Amino acid sequence: MRIRSPLIVIASCLGMSCGVAHAGFGQPSPWQTGLQESDTTVMNALVAFNDHIMLLITLIAGLVFALLVGVMVRFNKRANPTPSKRAGNLPIEVTWTVVPFIIVLVMTIFSYRLLYFEEDVPTADLTVKATGHQWYWDYTYPDNGNFEFSSEMLDDQSRKPGQPRLLAVDNELVVPVNKVVRVRVIGGDVIHSFAVPSFGIKVDAVPGRLNETWFKATHEGTYYGQCSELCGMNHSFMPIAIRVVSEEKFNEWLAYAKNEFGQSARAPSPNKTAAIDKYNRGAD
Amino acid sequence: MADATITPGAKPLEPGPLVGWRRYVYATNHKDIGTLYLSFALIASLVGTFLSIAMRLELHEPGLQYFTNPQIYNVFVTAHGLIMIFFVLMPALIGGFGNWMVPIMIGAPDMAFPRLNNLSFWFLVSSFTLFCSSLFFPGAPGSDGAGTGWTLYPLLSTKGHPGPSVDFVILSLHLAGASSILGAINFIATILNMRAPGMTMHKMPLYVWSILITAFLLVLALPVLAGAITMLLVDRNFGATFFNPEGGGDPILFQHLFWFFGHPEVYIMALPAFGIISTVIATFAGKSIFGYLGMVYAMVSIGFIGFIVWAHHMFTVGLNANTQAYFVAASLLIAVPTGIKIFSWVATMWGGSIEFRTPMLWAIGFVFLFTVGGVTGVVLANAGLDRVLHDTYFVVAHFHYVLSLGALFAIFSGWYYWFPKMTGYLLSETIGHIHFWVTFISVNVLFFPQHFLGAAGMPRRIADYPDAFAGWNFVSSLGAYGAACGAVIFFIGMAEAFYRKRPAPANPWGPGATTLEWTLSSPPPYHQFEVQPRIS
Repeated sequence: MRIRSPLIVIASCLGMSCGVAHAGFGQPSPWQTGLQESDTTVMNALVAFNDHIMLLITLIAGLVFALLVGVMVRFNKRANPTPSKRAGNLPIEVTWTVVPFIIVLVMTIFSYRLLYFEEDVPTADLTVKATGHQWYWDYTYPDNGNFEFSSEMLDDQSRKPGQPRLLAVDNELVVPVNKVVRVRVIGGDVIHSFAVPSFGIKVDAVPGRLNETWFKATHEGTYYGQCSELCGMNHSFMPIAIRVVSEEKFNEWLAYAKNEFGQSARAPSPNKTAAIDKYNRGAD
Repeated sequence: MADATITPGAKPLEPGPLVGWRRYVYATNHKDIGTLYLSFALIASLVGTFLSIAMRLELHEPGLQYFTNPQIYNVFVTAHGLIMIFFVLMPALIGGFGNWMVPIMIGAPDMAFPRLNNLSFWFLVSSFTLFCSSLFFPGAPGSDGAGTGWTLYPLLSTKGHPGPSVDFVILSLHLAGASSILGAINFIATILNMRAPGMTMHKMPLYVWSILITAFLLVLALPVLAGAITMLLVDRNFGATFFNPEGGGDPILFQHLFWFFGHPEVYIMALPAFGIISTVIATFAGKSIFGYLGMVYAMVSIGFIGFIVWAHHMFTVGLNANTQAYFVAASLLIAVPTGIKIFSWVATMWGGSIEFRTPMLWAIGFVFLFTVGGVTGVVLANAGLDRVLHDTYFVVAHFHYVLSLGALFAIFSGWYYWFPKMTGYLLSETIGHIHFWVTFISVNVLFFPQHFLGAAGMPRRIADYPDAFAGWNFVSSLGAYGAACGAVIFFIGMAEAFYRKRPAPANPWGPGATTLEWTLSSPPPYHQFEVQPRIS
């Protein structure tokens, strides 16, 4: 937990700036009030910025609350039976215009630093492509023979103990740790959105438009996200799972994957095709 | 207006209002039409609230309990949003209170175009009928209703919904849009041309200013929505491909067009609320609004800047980084005039002689809660942060704070404030206070935890969620049930007022109520200001 100052502790007690101490690793944890634990370089920067913003807005809302309480106590009818006639005060009005403007200006500067850090994609060590479909993801590895496989949510029957409900998938997106991974995202039918909260990434999967994001994962583990654009009936049930492994493990997995998925490139599993056909025919 | 000259003291030429149903169906009197709009908003709010309670019942626990076909949940989400925006908030704030109070506040006998006013109202009823019909026609394969979200993004709303339901929604929105555009023209013509002699623009009540600015926003923004949804209609039915990449189109084009309307739309809902709050706070603090000119210019700025920030709803679609940067700056800028308003309301209360009557409770609640909603908007305006918060419950929390705890509180404030004027009966202060506290506590329990859910990563528009989100969802659902109880208390309060029939004086609120409606009887005469008053 990053505790920088007592004020940030106060702000986080008001809920939002730091993740709860036992925030789930790559997934939410019960009663969590803040952002997920950070696992990429971008998310580190994002969490730091968020901490400061949350502190600022807590102070602003707190100020307005304190003013209101003060005004209600000091200037109610019993305490002050004769209202003043003052309806303006130029210095005050100028102050409360200029000071917020300066705050907003400073915020913009820091905001831009985060924005351009996120959006300027550095030279990639690995590129993967994610295609959003109703209601699963396809992942392609163009750098490694262009094999492709589908990643579907595991239903209650297929899940093993320890695998989180609605988040665990059959085939995860596997990437190496501490490498810049560029993710190119596109929609296959309607708009979806590829999001992994603990990585600090979210980009829409739009048909006809190849979007791009990137991350550099700092720890090994499995990280989950969910589709983040309403895409129909099973929008809640097409999660994203990224397994970050050491470089050796990644190369081992690549060998396995090329073999396993290389042949069945691009065709979704037969039962998936049947399910989609059934849906489009309008059957229940 | 009558074509013979009217001399003071002469009897009006008409025999009086029509009797029975014709009085309301053929209404041209701005007060009758205002009543029609407010009643309509009340009825629609029952439907909108029912939908939200159903959703919160489903989200009460993990798993799918009621919506075994989750597409129906998406239909509820869509209907809840469209109904609350187009058939509750806008009719209440603009059609209801606007029609009732604007002519009176400027010393005019009616609106500039009374028959057009009637058309605006009945367009809205037709619109609502079409919308409700959409729920019973096929939408997505295997189910009825449009489950696209109120935002109607293609391609889900085009090839994802082959049935006619979305077409019904589109036509419904055309009618609602037309209703508002005609109403806006009416308000602009009325306010610019029919003010009583001596009432310069800078002497107009702030509520009238808020409606005037809102009317300009409506006239400029709604046609763009109409264009966007017409393009959607022809994509769906006539082989166009505006939004279909297979034909050279772009789904993102729709988003630009929609949000060019969509963002001003939220200010269309907020500005009249601001106007009501200014009126109520001035009345119950017993002093005029602090910094009148600042308030006017703040509303004008909010209205203007509101047109150039739309893509902050699109930070994750893959926009160029510099484009995102511009929209960050413009969106953050709106915080400045909004802050001016919040501080001015506090400054109005400062040095005042505050009476905590029911309308004032709602207004003070508004000032704090709109601030909370506003600052979370500042959080979201930062594209870098929006990256993780977009399409999560953090956004849901933000807009419900400014709408359900902002605009709705303003509606209740206006309701309690103007009910005696409109009906001639006094509402019970006790029931009003209970209504306020039950609602205030409930909606905060409902929506505050949703900030946590969003920060932790819970997406929007999902019928079931990962188990970790169960805790706060449970709390939030309890808040929803409490808010429903609040709504029941509200109706009890109204029933009690109509039953007890305590007569309301012309001005039940004291010297702080300085706008012209308080110089008329409660309820006002059928026609007022046939000779316009002279304003000093």
